[in-house]
Parts: sequence; C-alpha cells; structure tokens
Amino acid sequence: MKLVLKNGLVYDPLNQINGEKMDIIIKDGKIVEKTDKDSKTIDISGMIVMPGGVDIHAHIAGSEVNTGRLLRPEDHFKDVEVKSNITRSGVGRSIPSTFTTGYRYTRMGYTTVMNPSMPPLEARHTHEELNDIPIIDKGAYPLLGDWWFVLEYLKNGLVEDCAFHVAWMMAATKGYAIKLVNPGGPESWGFGRNVRDIDDTVPNFDITPREIIRGLCKVNKLLNLPHTIHLHTTNLGVPGNYRTTLKTMKCVEDLAYDKKPVMHITHVMFGAFKGKDWYTMSSGAEKISKYVNRHRHVTIDTAQVVFTDTTTMTADGPFQFGLYRLTGNKWVNHDVETETTGGIVPFRYKRKNYVHATQWSIGLELSLLIKSPWKVFLTTDHPNAAPFITYPRIIAWLMSKNAREKTMKKMNRLAVRKSLLPSIEREYSFYEIAIASRAGTAKALGLKQKGHLGIGADADIAVYNVNPKQVDPSKEYKSVIKAFKHAAYTIKNGEIVSQKGKIVKSNIGKTYWINVKFKSPPREITSDLKKKFKDYWTVEFDNYPVAENYLALSTPITVEAEI
Amino acid sequence: MLTLTPRQEFKVPIDLGCLIPDAIIKKSIDEIRSFRIWEGNRNVHLETLFKISKEANTIDDTIHFTGDLRKIRRIGAKMSRGKIVIDGDVGSRLGEEMKGGTIIVNGDADSWVGSMMRNGIIEVKGDIGDYAGAAYRGSTKGMKGGKIIVHGNAGNEIGCFMRGGVINVDGNVGIYAGIHMNKGTIFIQGNSEGRLGAQMLQGKIVVSGKIPSILPTFTVDNIVKKTKISGEEIAGPFYTFIGDVADNGRGKLYISQTHNPHLKQYEKFL
Repeated sequence: MKLVLKNGLVYDPLNQINGEKMDIIIKDGKIVEKTDKDSKTIDISGMIVMPGGVDIHAHIAGSEVNTGRLLRPEDHFKDVEVKSNITRSGVGRSIPSTFTTGYRYTRMGYTTVMNPSMPPLEARHTHEELNDIPIIDKGAYPLLGDWWFVLEYLKNGLVEDCAFHVAWMMAATKGYAIKLVNPGGPESWGFGRNVRDIDDTVPNFDITPREIIRGLCKVNKLLNLPHTIHLHTTNLGVPGNYRTTLKTMKCVEDLAYDKKPVMHITHVMFGAFKGKDWYTMSSGAEKISKYVNRHRHVTIDTAQVVFTDTTTMTADGPFQFGLYRLTGNKWVNHDVETETTGGIVPFRYKRKNYVHATQWSIGLELSLLIKSPWKVFLTTDHPNAAPFITYPRIIAWLMSKNAREKTMKKMNRLAVRKSLLPSIEREYSFYEIAIASRAGTAKALGLKQKGHLGIGADADIAVYNVNPKQVDPSKEYKSVIKAFKHAAYTIKNGEIVSQKGKIVKSNIGKTYWINVKFKSPPREITSDLKKKFKDYWTVEFDNYPVAENYLALSTPITVEAEI
Repeated sequence: MLTLTPRQEFKVPIDLGCLIPDAIIKKSIDEIRSFRIWEGNRNVHLETLFKISKEANTIDDTIHFTGDLRKIRRIGAKMSRGKIVIDGDVGSRLGEEMKGGTIIVNGDADSWVGSMMRNGIIEVKGDIGDYAGAAYRGSTKGMKGGKIIVHGNAGNEIGCFMRGGVINVDGNVGIYAGIHMNKGTIFIQGNSEGRLGAQMLQGKIVVSGKIPSILPTFTVDNIVKKTKISGEEIAGPFYTFIGDVADNGRGKLYISQTHNPHLKQYEKFL
C-alpha cells in the first residue's frame, strides 16, 4: 500500500525533527523518499505525527497473565469489548484478553510491545498468547537470573560457557533480552527465604546477586545482544530499598563501554522507597535521579502509579507473598521448577492512602528529575502500577503542572507535603514525550527499524489530533489526554489499522527473537542439559525448545557474538 | 406507566439492562420501541420482542411487565429512581447494582437478585434463587445498602460478601447464608439449612426457625430475649454466637432458642 501523510507536524527525536511540517511517504511497509503517482494522500494538517509507540515493559502474555485473568472475573465484568466485522470480542481492564490487548494498544498509537517476563518453561504458552495478540509487534524476555545453569556457570566463573548457554536459551525460548527478576531471590524462595541485598548468598549455590548481575552483564556484552540486561531489582517494594537500587546500578559501573548503557532497571518506582517502615516511608527518587543524571551506563523505566484498581504480577514470588500479607487479598504464588517463581495479587491504589500517594509521586519525580528523557521511559509496568490504557493520563501529568496539582488536591495531604512535585516546574514537551514513549525505548531495545521516521524505517506511525501551535498542553491537558487516548490514525506496517479509535484493519504482528552467530564453533552444551533435564525437569528435553514455525510471524534478529 | 408484554415465549436469554425508569423518563413511545437490546447474540429492537403500550400523556417513571419473563436478565440494573412492577416470574440478576427506586415482583425470581445493589427496595412475593445481594464472582464488594424482601424461600449463599443493607426472607434459606459477610443484616424467619455466616467478618444474621448446627468456628456468647432489625423488635429468645473466629470475624448470629433444642449443649459454655 502506498500512502502519503501530508502536512503533519512531525516529532522524530532520533532524526532531530522537532515539530516540523513535513510529508511522510510510505511504500510497502517502509518509509521512503519519493512519492509515487498512485499513492493515497491523507491531509493531516494541524495534527502531530510520531513514530508508533514502543513499550519496553508490559506484561501482556504468558502463564502469569493468564492466571491473573482466571483469578479476576470481576475485572472483566465491567469492561466488555463487543465484536465487530473486523475485531473479535474480548474483556478486561487490568488484564485484557489477548485480542483486546492488541486493539487497545493500537488505538493509543502503540505498535511495538515487549513482554518482560517469560519463564523459559512457559515460553510455549507465552508465544501462543503473543500469536493471538493482533497488529502490534512483540517480543519476550526469558527469565534467566535464577536459571540453574546460569547460576552454576557463573559460580565457577565460566562466563563464556554461560554465554553459549544463554544464546541457546534465546533461540530455544525465542526470547529477545536477558531478564533478571530479583536475581537469586526466587531460587531462595524455594527454600522459604529471600535475598535482602545484592551481597546476600543464594542457598545451595554460594553465589550473590551481585555476581549474577555482573556475570549476565558480561554475557550480554559477549553476545552483542541489542538490548541491555533488563533488571528487576532486589528488595522490591520494601521501605529503604533505594540503597539497594543504587548499589545495583553501581555494581556494573566498571563494565560500561563506549558511553553506552549496559543495564536497564525496570519499574524503578518500586525500588525507590526511603524510610525504615511504612510509617516513615518516603521518596528516594531524588537520590536515584541524581545518580542516573551523572552516569550513562543505566536506563530506567518508571512504573507510574495511577489511582485505580489493578492486578500486580511479577516473577518475584517472595515480593508477591509480602503483598498478599499486606493486603489480605486473594493471591497466587507459583514455583516454576528450576527456573523462577511467580505471584499475583489484585491491588487498589488509593488517593487517600499515604503510601500509594507517595508511590504516585515517586514515579513522576523520577520522570521529571532525570534530565534526559533518553534515560527514563514511560511505563506503568502494566498491570502492576496501572493498566496500560492509562498512558494518556500519565502523559498529561508529565506535560502539565496544572494536571499534577489538580490530582494532588485530592490526594493524601501528608504525601503531598512530603512530595517534591510542588517544587518541580518542569513540563515535558511533545518532543520529550516522543522520546520517553517511543524513540528512547526503541533505542534502548536496539530496534533499528522502530522509533523513528527516517528513510527505511518501518512504517509504524501514530497521528494524534492535537495542534501544538494552538493547544497549550500545560493548560489544556484534557485535549492532550483525548488526543493520546485514541490516535487519529495508527499506521502499522504501512497500512492504516486504526482510525479515531476504531480498528479498521487487523493484521498479524511480528515476533522478534535473537539468533546469535558465533565466531568460534559453538560449544557442546546440550549433553549437560539433557542429563540435568532427566533428573530435574517435568518436560523432556526435546519438547523444551519452541520451534520457529510455532510463531505466527517469526522475525529473528541475527547478532554476531564477540566469541 | 409503560407496559410490556412478551410477544412470544423466549428461548434464549435476553439482556434488558437498558430499560430502566431513568432511561424512559423523557422518551417518547417510539423512541422506547427502538431501544436496542440483546437477544442471545442478536441485537434487536425492543419492539420485536415486546408489545409496548404507554398511558397517554403521562410523565411517569413506572414500568410494568406482564407474562413469562424467566429468560429475561438484568431487569432494573443500575436504576436509581421510579418503580418496576413485574407480574410473573423473572430471570436472574434482577436489580443488579441498583441505586434507588423500587422493584416489586409478583412471582418468583431467579438467582443474583439485587447483587451489588447500593440502595432501593426489591420485594419478591414468591421464591428467589441463590446469591441474593451477593458480589459478582471474584469481587468482594457485595450489596452495600437498600433492602431485599422475599416472601417465599431463598436459595444458597444469600448475602455473599454483603457490606450493608438488609435481606429479609419470610421463608426458608439454603446453606451458607451470609458467607463472607462484612456488615449488613440478614433476617431469616423460616429455617436455615446450616453453615450460617461462614467466614463472616461483621454483620448480623437472625434465624427465627430451625438450623441443623452452628459452624465450629463460632463461639456462643449469650442468650437474649429479643433483638432489633432496623428499629423493629424481633421476639426471641435467641442464642447469640460470635464469629467467624477462623477469620478473626466479629459477626453475630441470633438463633432461636425455642426452635433449636439441640443447641442446648452450648449453654454449658455460657
């Protein structure tokens, strides 16, 4: 399909284009230079054009998501999507069903979403669900921070062997990046314990989280993976844990090279609590943002809280158990054999609750105090801090001090008094929003075809009906919310898929995964694997890897390893 | 007054959540006739399923149903005013999330009567099914206020996750009345099949008839001569129990002493 988007105001931070009036020309799913005569022209004067949104961290598929769906019929009950000629029916609010997930992201102008926690054993299930999510491109990060082989190799200092193993895992699980969840914690949780600091020892393995993080960081560099390691910090959701988060950032300082990031810390809000207990808990965002401002080796995403009813789900079993004890809500906890754990607890963030209000404030403080939006990305850690459908509201908070003040008026007073937000004047521009929600994330993920509108890029484009020359987002933040809620046009792969919030075409999205090519002949690792599988796994080794034809639209990214 | 009569016997469930007094108040009869409703998976006009008539020139918020309405669900859902009168049996989810007004059923009603209701009155002259005043599956937020009056019998698990309001049953009830209850009152004039108030945290359940046994997680507290429900005195004498101790609950059961001689064994603990 050939398409020309005429007279739009383009925000393309990767190509340093800041609100210029330009035409975007699309041909065969790519952005091209020259117009063909038979192109269809759409006049979008007065609207802004951005690359399609790229979400770096959202739990959209997998066994924990599906268990969450089973756990929460009341979450689906009030939010029903009726089928149309093009779309299928669905339900859900905080954990929407697969098809609905795809449609809702598309309506907001998002075209690429990464599913951040995939227990390797559940890779097959995760890909089955990803196959069912239409339109958007996706990928998944296998959980490797507690995987026995990784622990054993790293304990013995065999980083190269570990790298061969991780490369095999990426191909076997069709994964995109190395994910670590509370490294060592889920393994300890199998024995009723947890690691409380990055220097605690993991039982039976005699290894510390610090060694695991550093080891996998080295592996990541050896394999030249496009994304950095993706880390969920130790001691999550515990007052005083900002120290652990800072320590974690510091522990890979010396591994940085070429001024490039080597670590992505996810949902930092949950790891930025000061204080000794819940009564003295306050924001540690200032300390963390100071550190991030001074260093280049780390990128973060915030996990912005929105006051609403949602479902928390992580692979951090001990943390979820703590959350159950705190709330008394129904809960799920699961031990995934030798790999990881998982937990789910429904949760309601309340305005009038001091801790919840402080969490809300921490997220925004992080986004606003860290000067470069290339380092801090917009997420809600869907659905942990809020469902992804709340992104437009978060964009409004980032762009408008008035919007923040309006919310603070209804919030817990003590939390507002202690918050730094009233003293922060900064407001994001559309350019910075484009960085935090697409260009920055695409860059951090190493997706070269995404997040920009240069020649040769994938034609994944979002057009929002808001005119920055007429609308002052600081005052008229409601029109910004309206615009970002339903993109005027979402273009995926060169085709219009959504128009004013209505899905007009539903196609299949790609699934990205990493295929590592080695310089040296790959070492034999499967014999060791096979032996261990016989002893410890419930599945046969041959049934373990996910075959490529299992993916709906497999898109391997080949990388050349350094070894 | 708006009167609706089914045109034929219904075979599949019909969702009538949209036809409430709030919706018809300023509508002409033609507008009401063209309301879209779901008959199974088909979206149809209201007129195709019902004969509709309206008393001329009245601005009235009363809806009157006659005939066999057992396949019809969600009558009076989310209504906040007016009155619905039903002559005949009615399907499930009557008065779901109701905020005010009155529903009177001259017949039986199916399960989920007044589930999650906040205010208003539902009066059923016949029997009702299970889960009256309950929360939706998975939710902990059941009936919060208002009153459900049943002149016949009720099914199992009435008042499940109830948070307020009153359920008054003249007849008998099934098992697990007031399960997970947290505030509110249930008055059972007939018999209970037992397992009363399992996992209740607060609230009050009064049984004037028989009950086979009390759950072991309730402790006997006292014998009282009478009790009160919304200002009205109920004559006893009653054994009172506190529980559910397994969940640190402080709910209260009032069980008739005269009808339950087999509970005399508890008296030695007083």
